[in-house]
Amino acid sequence: MKHIVIIGNGISGITAARHIRKRSNHKITIISGESEYFFSRTALMYVYMGHLKFDHTKPYENNFWKKNKIELVFDWVDKVESTTKSLTLRMKGTIQYDTLIIASGAKPNRFGWPGKDLKGVQGLYHKQDLELMEQNTKGVQHAVLVGGGLIGVEMAEMLLSRNISVTFLVRENAFWSNVLPLQEANLISRHIRSHHVDLRFENELKEIKGDSNGRVQSIVTKSGEEIACQFVGVTVGVSPNISFLKDSGIATARGVLVNEFLETNVPDVYALGDCAERTYELPGRRSIEQVWYTGRMMGEIVAQTICGTKTKYEPGPWFNSAKFFDIEYQTYGQVGNELKAHESEFYWEHSSGTKCVHVIWNTMTREFIGINTFGIRMRHEKFDTWLRAKKSVDFVIEHLAEANFDPEFFTRYEKEIMLQFNEKAVLAH
Amino acid sequence: MKLLKSFGLALFIIGFGLFNFSFFWASYQITPDVIHTQISDKKKSELLIHESSSMLNQQFNSNFKFVDELHSAFDRVNQSQVNAFGISAQELDQLVASNSEKFSIASVDSVFKGSDETAAFKQKAFRDYGSWLDGQPTQRAQLQQVADNIRQYGIVSQFGFDRYSIKDLTYSLTKASAISPVKNNPLLYLLLTIGLCVVGALIYIFPKLQLAPGIKNNGIFFNAMKNVKWLGILTGSWLIAFYVVLYFYPEYMTNWVLLVDPVSKMLSGNEAGRFFLYGFIYTLCILVMGVRMIINYRHSKYQILRTCSVMFFQTAFAFLIPEIMIRLNQPYFDFKNIWPLDYSFFFNNRLDTLLANGGLGIFMLVWGIALIIIGVPVFVYFFGKRWYCSWVCGCGGLAETLGDPYRQLSDKSVKAWKAERWIIHSVLVFAVVMTVGVLYTYFTNNSWVLFFDSYKLREIYGAFIGAGFAGVVGTGFYPLMGNRTWCRFGCPLAAYLGIIQRFKSRFRITTNGGQCISCGNCSTYCEMGIDVRWYAQRGQNIVRSSCVGCGVCSSVCPRGVLNLEVKEEDGRFGKPILIGNNHIELVE
Ligand SMILES: Cc1cc2nc3c(=O)[nH]c(=O)nc-3n(C[C@H](O)[C@H](O)[C@H](O)COP(=O)(O)OP(=O)(O)OC[C@H]3O[C@@H](n4cnc5c(N)ncnc54)[C@H](O)[C@@H]3O)c2cc1C
Ligand code: SF4
Ligand code: SF4
Repeated sequence: MKHIVIIGNGISGITAARHIRKRSNHKITIISGESEYFFSRTALMYVYMGHLKFDHTKPYENNFWKKNKIELVFDWVDKVESTTKSLTLRMKGTIQYDTLIIASGAKPNRFGWPGKDLKGVQGLYHKQDLELMEQNTKGVQHAVLVGGGLIGVEMAEMLLSRNISVTFLVRENAFWSNVLPLQEANLISRHIRSHHVDLRFENELKEIKGDSNGRVQSIVTKSGEEIACQFVGVTVGVSPNISFLKDSGIATARGVLVNEFLETNVPDVYALGDCAERTYELPGRRSIEQVWYTGRMMGEIVAQTICGTKTKYEPGPWFNSAKFFDIEYQTYGQVGNELKAHESEFYWEHSSGTKCVHVIWNTMTREFIGINTFGIRMRHEKFDTWLRAKKSVDFVIEHLAEANFDPEFFTRYEKEIMLQFNEKAVLAH
Repeated sequence: MKLLKSFGLALFIIGFGLFNFSFFWASYQITPDVIHTQISDKKKSELLIHESSSMLNQQFNSNFKFVDELHSAFDRVNQSQVNAFGISAQELDQLVASNSEKFSIASVDSVFKGSDETAAFKQKAFRDYGSWLDGQPTQRAQLQQVADNIRQYGIVSQFGFDRYSIKDLTYSLTKASAISPVKNNPLLYLLLTIGLCVVGALIYIFPKLQLAPGIKNNGIFFNAMKNVKWLGILTGSWLIAFYVVLYFYPEYMTNWVLLVDPVSKMLSGNEAGRFFLYGFIYTLCILVMGVRMIINYRHSKYQILRTCSVMFFQTAFAFLIPEIMIRLNQPYFDFKNIWPLDYSFFFNNRLDTLLANGGLGIFMLVWGIALIIIGVPVFVYFFGKRWYCSWVCGCGGLAETLGDPYRQLSDKSVKAWKAERWIIHSVLVFAVVMTVGVLYTYFTNNSWVLFFDSYKLREIYGAFIGAGFAGVVGTGFYPLMGNRTWCRFGCPLAAYLGIIQRFKSRFRITTNGGQCISCGNCSTYCEMGIDVRWYAQRGQNIVRSSCVGCGVCSSVCPRGVLNLEVKEEDGRFGKPILIGNNHIELVE
């Protein structure tokens, strides 16, 4: 029986622990300084908006861990010493491990803007950030958000739910256009504006100004405009949270470096989730993927490896989803923000301007490459199968109705989509 | 928008305030005329007039005092009748004396001599209640017991008022004795109370149309009404009080019933009863709050259709058609109510009414039975129990409309799930046993079944399950324990539908591959307290007997993970494995 210690009780660490427990009798300890119990980070916004209480974000009842013989330690790891296989905790002394899993997640980026440490300036990642935001937004009338990603739009929605008006500064020419093709980026931009967000493109933050109490008072943009505000949300991405690994002997670059078995350079030490950086290529994928699903998949894989079935981390076709105010988004396969040389595309948008489907395929082989869908739910299982089977785009369009996952009685658009697709195909020839 | 909402709220509060005020806003004066019209038995009415002489033609300003006095008048009638017809100690002595060793029932004729009513009653009663003593050794204690039983049961029901008729008469006499502005002008006050509430509520609700379509859960857990804070507790207390009065003390709410007399007369031609008032308010709640539900979920056609359906079934089937049946001199019948939710379906009075009403009555009987044995399993097989619970049923209808603001209050713990299975299946067993007993009594005329009295049992069921659980707890606890407390823990029909849904149905909630982010919206807003996320986050379909198919989990899921589906039975349960990851093997 080994003692397996996991740093971080996020989705990656927790998934690893649960699967190790299913497969073995090893002693498992999870250490985290953020919260006593596992909660869903993705649900933090709903707590602020009053949809949920914090307790609702916990996927397992508190007694689940004891029942499954998983020990929880509520503390910070300050230091890792891989030569002696020991961890130094901030309050509770040291812990010895046989196997270490680093699943310490990420932290919000902060660039060196003047005024970035003023009161009322913050990012959103941890539970503590949520608590801070609760304090920071008391009595606030106007807020400025900097950076145009998913957490940014969530923050906008959060602030609006409390009747705080929002100016949203985005460096690109449309919302999230570093990920989305322009058509979708525009659709979402329109939708965000329809919720009365003052969305400004190609605009960047230059400086944050404070009042005599050290509280934010206004911001100045690169174009020189000054906007009065009492809160600044900084959502310019996240980066691996690994500072405690300094001098541990574990190799890091931007993240903790891992091979295809999620092993680090040190034996018996693994890393996964938001903090891991792959040293090997996976076609079409970034070396650090900071999403819920990849963390979970890595957790499943590492558990198999540690329990004796050495397994490569080779995720299936990419998928992801999000929600922008009222519009749901799903993606399957690879849809880049710019069409590549060998790719063709078909874009359908509903007349309401709130639903669209964007399909990408290989021009030569007609192999289906990926799909973005907004306002229409699609079946993961179908696209997973079709992508693995390398189905043609014609097949996918023809069978699109099978992939529909909208509730009963919802209006269906497959016919319309197919007609338009065929029309364009004729035109193209 | 804000202004309009406040205006609506103000109207509602005024209407609701007046409604509560009208509860007390009457004085009462009982007259011989009133007594004669309410009690058809001339002898009894005369007796009551005699015993209530102290209160006759006197005006009471409090209904509590009035009801009190009335009760003592009934008591006095009963007491004087017991004195007149009861078997005295002397007579018992004589009985003992004339049966020195063994008791012979024939001896009663000689002890209770005479040709007057009293003697005849005593003879007959002693024969009815005491024939089992015939031939037994004479014991004074046993004879005494027979005499006591006669006092307690025989005399009171024959010459006085038993507790059932006291209950009914207190109510009808109070209603008929009321002197109140409401009585003189019921329509005006109906408009000023319930009418204002409806208009105010609608004005409060309609401005929501200005918000973009989409999930409207902002601020729910900060809300004093929706999060078991002061307003929720107050509302719950009011509802509980309302149900207690409705079921157990209707004589105090006669002024409210007067409000809807004109409506009832228009529909069925009869004066309103308390359950007409209840049905009227109930239907309005479903309609008004149904409008709210539709506006809130107008981005979902499933929710719109479903809400329209419950609004329709309540208004037409539960409220209008039964009243019209009565107008047409047909039995009162709710075509969509199904035993064992409709627990009195097999009660003798109802069977007799149906059987006495020719073709239509028989049709109703067959219809009711067909729903139980064919309708339920077939529809559940094809659609899941939702076809009833969240599309048709009246209790479900109220839960999905009036109760919608409270759906997040259901308990999701494993403990609650365990308790739920025990309680609801016990109620089902109770309902079946009670009904079998009632039917046995119906066919054999014997009320004693094995070790219980079927009358007693049905009375207990009616009070504890029918009124207490379904009413007081079921609805009164909306703001405290969520809107489906009855449906989840108590409803025997839900238990029956659920067993079929769990084991033989094409219905399931499909989980969309690996897309769940464990956010917990689905579990939080599941009114049945199902931990939907537990299944969704491991990629497994949700197949649970309690799921009423409201579809709200699917609506609130921000990642499009859940879908209510009807498909082939194969693969219904699904494997607990998330797709999207290669090389993963399933271990359970
Ligand atoms: C607001 C928000 C919304 C999101 N929404 C989505 C979404 O919709 N879909 C999606 O795919 N992804 C989403 N993400 C990203 C997703 O949540 C992350 O990718 C995922 O949570 C990463 O999981 P993890 O287990 O790797 O790390 P984490 O969840 O970050 O867990 C790591 C834990 O380790 C703790 N820790 C770190 N260092 C130490 C230490 N030295 N000692 C002790 N404990 C330590 C941290 O405090 C933390 O609790 C969202 C993220 C945020 C912030
Ligand atoms: S599981 Fe979903 S559909 Fe079923 S009762 Fe709960 S919320 Fe409604
Ligand atoms: S609401 Fe959707 S994403 Fe959230 S836990 Fe439920 S199924 Fe998962």
